Amino acid sequence: MEVKSFKGGVHVPHSKGLTEAKETVVCSPPASVFISMRQHIGAPAKPVVAPKDSVKKGQLIGEAGGFVSANIHSSVSGTVKKIHTMKIMGLDTTVIQIDNDFEETWHESVKPRSGIDQLSGSDIKNLIMEAGIVGMGGAGFPLHVKLSPPENKPIDTFIVNGTECEPYLTCDHRLMLEESDQIIQGLLFMMKTVSVKKAYIGIEVNKPDAIEVMKNAAAPYDSIEVVPLAAKYPQGGEKQLIYACTKREVPSGGLPADIGVVVANVATTKAVADYVVMGQPVTERVCTVTGSGITTPKNLLIKVGTPLQHLIDECDGLTADSAKLIMGGPMMGNAVASASFPSTKTTGGLLILNLADAKIGETTACIKCGRCVTACPMGLQPVYISQYSLRDRMDLAEKYHPVDCIECGSCSFICPANRPLVHSIRVAKRHVMENRRKV
Amino acid sequence: MERFKVTSSPHIRDVDSVTRLMGDVLLALLPATALAVYLYGLRALLLIVVTVLAAVATEAVCQKLRKQTITINDLSAVVTGLLLALNLPAGAPLWMGALGSIFAIFIVKQVFGGLGENFMNPALAARVFLAVSYPKLMGQYFDPATDALSSATPLALLKEGQMSEMPSMFDSFLGTVSGSIGESSAAALLIGGLYLLFRKVITWEIPVLFIGTVFVGTFLLYGFDAQVALLAILSGGVFLGGFFMATDYATSPIHFNGRIVFALGAGLLTVLIRRFGAYPEGVMFAILLMNAFTPAIEKFTAPKIFGGAK
Ligand code: SF4
Ligand code: SF4
Repeated sequence: MEVKSFKGGVHVPHSKGLTEAKETVVCSPPASVFISMRQHIGAPAKPVVAPKDSVKKGQLIGEAGGFVSANIHSSVSGTVKKIHTMKIMGLDTTVIQIDNDFEETWHESVKPRSGIDQLSGSDIKNLIMEAGIVGMGGAGFPLHVKLSPPENKPIDTFIVNGTECEPYLTCDHRLMLEESDQIIQGLLFMMKTVSVKKAYIGIEVNKPDAIEVMKNAAAPYDSIEVVPLAAKYPQGGEKQLIYACTKREVPSGGLPADIGVVVANVATTKAVADYVVMGQPVTERVCTVTGSGITTPKNLLIKVGTPLQHLIDECDGLTADSAKLIMGGPMMGNAVASASFPSTKTTGGLLILNLADAKIGETTACIKCGRCVTACPMGLQPVYISQYSLRDRMDLAEKYHPVDCIECGSCSFICPANRPLVHSIRVAKRHVMENRRKV
Repeated sequence: MERFKVTSSPHIRDVDSVTRLMGDVLLALLPATALAVYLYGLRALLLIVVTVLAAVATEAVCQKLRKQTITINDLSAVVTGLLLALNLPAGAPLWMGALGSIFAIFIVKQVFGGLGENFMNPALAARVFLAVSYPKLMGQYFDPATDALSSATPLALLKEGQMSEMPSMFDSFLGTVSGSIGESSAAALLIGGLYLLFRKVITWEIPVLFIGTVFVGTFLLYGFDAQVALLAILSGGVFLGGFFMATDYATSPIHFNGRIVFALGAGLLTVLIRRFGAYPEGVMFAILLMNAFTPAIEKFTAPKIFGGAK
């Protein structure tokens, strides 16, 4: 088996054993859901319901606030309790609270579609826009935008990201095992929207069962090729994945479309099939609740807007020594102070670490070992960007190209001195980008 | 409710720490150190102990005076002290070891900002400082076989063209010929070096290319004699330098391409100094010279940025 990869990166402990063999189970419905209007990159959605309105599952409750934005649908049937502003990840976010009537009544608009074979590429693209599908791998970029490249940039290759290179997380792994046919179906629809003839599904070799299952599901289609990839972090980084599959490099500052490629995560791909075939917009997703700080790690099918606390309870609560709560995986996820936030379309993981696992060694002086340079998948020199950033010499930091940093965290992970590399590089990156915007 | 720790990503780290890396270097030097004590006895043991203690004490005092956190627990000063001791001849007086350590830690390391900031390898710089200041004492090599003073190291013999007088390959490899206490046995150093490679403390570029260049260079410059070339890498500080000194993080390039240029340069300079210079041994000067070029090498060999940003 030929195994493809990229240059640089690090070998992280996979820690997937806690949940990878556990089938996805449906999470018990929460009493209320809290649906954020900011679940994607771009303009927040605008609420189209008012308090006391009764809503059904799959009903549009937030309308895209522009082209780069996404529709949002109710994940329960019930009554709109209130619409208020919450601070989520430092951003003021409009949240619609809906009290669940536990009836799970679907909205009239949700029904199997007829005449699927007659749908044109642009019909499908419109459906995707309607469904509010965003990149469910974490970034939350509206899918219809990705599928609308400028005329002068023809797309010839589609790539489905099934790498799941983040340690601990197994939601995509489970999805591939359990919903392989829907993933292939969704992929075929998307290929039609940009009329490409060739698609790859990239999967890390630490998931041999998923490779097997996806290969079988893809077998009838010559146009779809499953690509086994080295189990190396960040194999699932968009640029690294494209490079591994096609040997093409996304130019600095550019987009995959610049080199004729569109990438979508497996969950995103499955969401396309759900809507095109069944008329179901994004109201639920698989989320891995895992780590040393949770009693019973699980893969859960959760409703968008489920309070994190509910997920914790569903997994029999925290352990006594739980210390850190992370939305997403350990490499790129965000640590949050409390479990009062709701889940979104992009919540593929909730990682809880105990005190021992949450411990990070103290920062010592840089010994110039060069490990961060070897590890950087973007060919940057993290040690120097960081050094200048920490000294507030952004002019010098800029010369080392912080804007090319994908914030994968490989450098910080590998640094024996535990330097705050990504953190300081992020500061430099923001600074440089803001300056460029001003000019 | 707000009871969880919030830090920025990533939330997991590799297990390696600076202390662990330095500890591995010390472990890797164990065979050579043990052999030194075995060959030269109490004299070597005392020299090692005094030199290491002086290095650690100097580090602590410097940091104390500058009101910095004392970081002797990172073991880097121990490594410097041990490397320096292994670079001394068995006849060196104890005070010289101590003086060398003070020079290495105070002048070469701390004055330039401490761990990672120095631009010359402290132990090497101290060895050269001692060699220049006390050439006689630094030449007091003992012949481990007879325990008598001898000045004719294999390299001196090579320099004078007395090939027939040179020790056998076997003796060179095992280390029963005269030289600095730690550099006489290529075998002991090789074991340590392989351990460092195995533990990924160092990467292959510098030791392999440095030692390889010395071999090829000697072969070309000394009448295409593979025997002589082999002896040239087994004698003197080639293994000690290649595995333990040239690989010093702070003073060698931080990226792959740079390390290649660095290793080739150091190897070439070693051969040239041995052949044309005033001293019989060239490894130490060669590495120090390349230390000075490291910033320039890093600039010219910077890795290619993915996506082609210039
Ligand atoms: S990995 Fe850490 S210690 Fe090594 S060069 Fe980079 S910043 Fe310095
Ligand atoms: S500098 Fe950026 S891209 Fe490079 S390893 Fe660090 S976080 Fe990843």
